[in-house]
Amino acid sequence: MLRITKPLLTATLVVIALLADFQVALSAVPDSAFRTDRINALITIALFSTVILLYTRWARQGKDLFVRKIPGLDAVEEAVGRATEMGKPVLFVPGLQEIDDIETIAAISILGRVAKITATYDTPLMVPVRYPMVLAAGQEVVEQAFIEVGKSDMYNKDIVRYVAGEQFAFTATVNGMMMRDRPAANIYMGAFFAESLLLAETGNAAGSIQIAGTARPEQLPFFIAACDYTLMGEELYAASAYLSHEPLMLGGLKGQDLMKVVIIVVIIMGMLLMTFGVGESFMNWFKAV
Amino acid sequence: MVASGLFEVWIGAFFTLAIFSFLYKDNPFYKFAEHIFAGLSAGYYIGLIWKSVIIQQLWIPITNKGEWSLIIPGLLGMLMFARFFRKFSYISRISLAFVMGNTAGIFLVSQLHGLVLPQTQSTMLSLTGDGFVETLFALIVVIGVVSTLIYFYFSKEHTGVLGVTAKVGIWFIMISFGAHFGFTVMGRISLLIGRVYFLYNDWILGTLAMFD
Repeated sequence: MLRITKPLLTATLVVIALLADFQVALSAVPDSAFRTDRINALITIALFSTVILLYTRWARQGKDLFVRKIPGLDAVEEAVGRATEMGKPVLFVPGLQEIDDIETIAAISILGRVAKITATYDTPLMVPVRYPMVLAAGQEVVEQAFIEVGKSDMYNKDIVRYVAGEQFAFTATVNGMMMRDRPAANIYMGAFFAESLLLAETGNAAGSIQIAGTARPEQLPFFIAACDYTLMGEELYAASAYLSHEPLMLGGLKGQDLMKVVIIVVIIMGMLLMTFGVGESFMNWFKAV
Repeated sequence: MVASGLFEVWIGAFFTLAIFSFLYKDNPFYKFAEHIFAGLSAGYYIGLIWKSVIIQQLWIPITNKGEWSLIIPGLLGMLMFARFFRKFSYISRISLAFVMGNTAGIFLVSQLHGLVLPQTQSTMLSLTGDGFVETLFALIVVIGVVSTLIYFYFSKEHTGVLGVTAKVGIWFIMISFGAHFGFTVMGRISLLIGRVYFLYNDWILGTLAMFD
């Protein structure tokens, strides 16, 4: 008789998940199964993936992959150190978007590293979240961080807590937490909207050291004005690789860097060809459909 | 204005002022408004998700239209409840992994199509445009994009030529932030005007009109 073991159950559920994914993908397939007009995207993704896989492989083999210093990230340890000395908590806000937003994923990854540092120094950590899925993901990474530093008994589920689903209800509650618990350090990472300045100004008034990171250009000026350190745009995505030095993330970061060089070369080539009046067909290669 | 309408306006005005009182300092009125706001939003979202997701997007399509494939996302959602049982909580990771993996994959393609390719194409500008101004603008766009990309290059220290170019990039970034800042502040001021107008027109004038 078939025994329902943990791996078997997991495998079954993974297959179900993949089937769901396949079903969604199939429903999106148009009449012509192969979109030749999107071949440029296929080539770019293939190139991008190859480069990332290569770099990941080199990182795993122990090859030294240099990543320049990102000042805002060094401040994370400094901020946690300050909180430890003051005996006050660290507040981490992983943005206001759902888990299906890439900035939230980056924020959750950074949360893992921050949780590790706070767990090491026994510094209290508070993580208010807006969505149940972010709550689940946040609890997973924080628990994992506590396990990795050998302090699983110190882990408390309420470190990551659901606050409110409405944007400004969430903001009002987090502002209240800042004024009442007076965290020594506030770390805002992820997607923020109109509440960015409300949060950062309150944190500033509460006297906390503040580090922010977002890829939203319309909110970055507010963080730059009100926070001590700000990670801009891609620095947010680079942060997790920089902090963890995990081969997979480092490979991704180095791969992206190489792709930036490729894009710069392509832009300059395109500009020169267009200047000499022979760049139309070259430019059409980059047409998005 | 009828009395019931005025009552709602008074509630709105009370909560507006209670939230504004935070500008002075944290106080019991703010705490009261904060907790009411958070509690209401939680309750509201439960109702909203129940109706617009569970009923409209899952139950009705399955029962009325026979879209049985929707059972799979429904099941993935149900797996999240495994978190309530310590022994089986690991099962909820499947739903999480599904969403996160999908996000990364979909985001890659959408960003490529929506941003990377169009931006690359739009930056390939001819420097022999219709006139001096057009040529100058084209040059500014190309220099801006290239230098900003170099600022976000992490594989080398920003020294020498790379450092100078990155500095040019940060100038472009800061100028764009300045424009964003001004635009957003204007939007916020209009929000404030809306709230002050509500207090003055609906609350004060509305109340006075009741006693005329």
